[in-house]
Amino acid sequence: MAQLTTTERQIALALLVVLAVVGLLMVTAGREDPLGLHGLLVMAAAVLGSFWIMSRYYDPLPTADRLREYYDDPSKFGVVAAMVWVAFGLFIGDWVAWLLVNPDLTFDAAWSSFGRIRPVHTTSVIFGFGGNALIATSFYVMQRTSRARLPDQLSPWFVLLGYNLFCLLAVTGYMLGITQSREYAEPEWYADIWLVAVWIVYFVTYLRTLARRKEPHIYVSNWYYLAFILVVAMLHIVNNLAVPVSLGHAKSYSLFSGVQDAMTEWWYGHNAVAFFLTSGFLGMMYYFMPKRAGRPIFSYRLSIISFWGITFFYIWVGSHHLHYTALPQWVQTLGMTFSVLLLVPSWASAGNALLTLNGAWHKVRDDATLRFMMVAAVFYGLTTFEGSFMAIRPVNSLSHYTDWTIGHVHAGALGWVAMITFGSIYASVPWLWKRDAMHSARLVEIHFWLALAGTVVYIFAMWNSGIVQGLMWRTYNESGTLAYSFVDSLVAMHPYYIARAVGGLLFLIGALVGCYNVYMTIRTARQHEIGPSADMPAAVPVLSPAE
Amino acid sequence: MFGFHYRLERKTIPFVLAIIGAASIGGFVEIAPLFTIHQTVESAPNMRVYTPLELAGRNIYIREGCYACHSQMIRTLRDDVERYGHYSLAVESKYDHPMLWGSKRTGPDLARIGSKYSDAWHVIHLNNPRDVVPESVMPAYTWLKRTALRTDDLGMHLQALRQVGVPYTDDMIANAPADAYGQANPGTPFAEGVSKRYGEATDVSAFDGAPGNVTEMDALVAYLQILGRLTDVASKDPAPGGAKP
Repeated sequence: MAQLTTTERQIALALLVVLAVVGLLMVTAGREDPLGLHGLLVMAAAVLGSFWIMSRYYDPLPTADRLREYYDDPSKFGVVAAMVWVAFGLFIGDWVAWLLVNPDLTFDAAWSSFGRIRPVHTTSVIFGFGGNALIATSFYVMQRTSRARLPDQLSPWFVLLGYNLFCLLAVTGYMLGITQSREYAEPEWYADIWLVAVWIVYFVTYLRTLARRKEPHIYVSNWYYLAFILVVAMLHIVNNLAVPVSLGHAKSYSLFSGVQDAMTEWWYGHNAVAFFLTSGFLGMMYYFMPKRAGRPIFSYRLSIISFWGITFFYIWVGSHHLHYTALPQWVQTLGMTFSVLLLVPSWASAGNALLTLNGAWHKVRDDATLRFMMVAAVFYGLTTFEGSFMAIRPVNSLSHYTDWTIGHVHAGALGWVAMITFGSIYASVPWLWKRDAMHSARLVEIHFWLALAGTVVYIFAMWNSGIVQGLMWRTYNESGTLAYSFVDSLVAMHPYYIARAVGGLLFLIGALVGCYNVYMTIRTARQHEIGPSADMPAAVPVLSPAE
Repeated sequence: MFGFHYRLERKTIPFVLAIIGAASIGGFVEIAPLFTIHQTVESAPNMRVYTPLELAGRNIYIREGCYACHSQMIRTLRDDVERYGHYSLAVESKYDHPMLWGSKRTGPDLARIGSKYSDAWHVIHLNNPRDVVPESVMPAYTWLKRTALRTDDLGMHLQALRQVGVPYTDDMIANAPADAYGQANPGTPFAEGVSKRYGEATDVSAFDGAPGNVTEMDALVAYLQILGRLTDVASKDPAPGGAKP
């Protein structure tokens, strides 16, 4: 706020008034529908925001000195928001895991039943935690690698706060029963439209910063962040095409049906994995890992090959989610083929990351933050291998519909995405808040081992249950009939479901330790004034008359 | 190649366009032909649309996230077919906006669950699954029976579906709330309208065992009982599993 100019404060206020009116319209139009409750939420957000701006409207205006520094306040907010979302999302996730051990842990309420809170878990961790971390680090990284400050103070806040409003609409919606049922794209039409607005501003902010860059080349991290922003927009818009029942209904009906809808959904679904959970986080890795290790990226050419390989190959592979279904076989075969090919750029990325650590392995041994990133790269390599393997049709006939898929996803989500994010957060929090180091290196170490143990317990439990389940479903007895009923296979899962919930609990405790550590680092008084440093934009831009 | 890239990565807009180009090809090649190659979806001239009550039940199925644990897609594998029935055909989800093929079987596949169990079984099972399947880990949906179904806006739902291509007639749209009531109240004048508009074979039943009112339980059971029965192309198909009793 302190850095917002008068014009920006006015625009912010105007936007919030518009948002409040939209909320009011939603309340009025949707008074007989859950939409009305979301209208109230939107209004509450807008009113709170307006009060906050008005209470500080006459605060001293920023001086031109601000342009000599990078604008990191939005990144700070994003990092904190990511930590809040991860604690919440992992808690819900572990609760959901215990529901499969004891299904009556729901308080007999509608909002807390498995089918409603399972997407609360996935959305909170993927979009709440992952999305906030991506936006926060992308602002941080693009300023440094461009040696240019963000173009203005308002748009990054619009992106971050708007994005968090989207996440809130999503998770509260599921608990109210508002969902499109499209996996990983559950929010309804109005939340989807809102996200498009947020995303356009995000993209424009990115382009404007790049346009101001003082470095001739666009650094590889920005390629990945750009691919993340662009392709996620493309996927989001096409996959969410729908006709609402009316403007007063939260419910909509998708434009496509049946087989075309299934293909669109998994084209989206797998590329949410590709461009949200891989591309963006590779951007993070390409900046924070070499910085932390103090080593340059091993190979520039390998990063080019892997970037374009990932961007081109990934988009084909969604149909491997639909093997042996009513989807035409030629599409399944294309999906399988490209899934196998995808191993090449994936391992090129993982290898490039690990080889970057050559000459810094002693740091990996001593520094849990760097070890988070190293283990993330290892899990990235393992998961992409497993993914290519599971996409092969006969393997998929065993693994599909089973817990093996859940194990695979969590090897990626816990082992790769969460680990690279925690590593990057532990690296960037002291830089953002101008501290020497995290509050406690020991707590980072404890978090690392809890996270690793939790991940390993989780994925071994799910590998076992998935393969047992898949084999039981296809076992025949000597008379040539199916040997096990479905319930037999369900009973066999019980011990693995307990193990999985325990693994998840370990991972959750680790994240809570991380939250505490981040909180303490921020709270600690600045140890010393930082003198002139290299961490600033290349040149002070010429002031425009408006400022 | 690397020299070219060395120049490309200095220009924002060409780089952005290159990303869009590289990331568009796959989706275009795989999705667009599904709309144009007519063998993709079999033809089933006798296939009927969901009744308003079944549609409302389907929306409850979506709302409660049932798809997270139950697939509706039987694969072309021997054990799938022997366990659940004839493999699913594309045409069977032609009117499904969105499709509910699912991706996980924490519970069994439901593509052909229709008429496999009695209405009463479904009501007991949904109310507390462990009353009929002691090992079940499915949540208890106790509130379905005591929650009245909202039917006044069902015409708008049918209208929206017609806009995306489901052949609902003006007659069906105009009578949607009445048909929802009629289907759950056999013997009333409204029930005849359902048979007239959606066919004689349509289940008309007091699904939740309590005629007179229409609850969410009525709707969900009506939906579960129609799964796999909108068309009989699969049971007429001579492929393995198709003609089994």
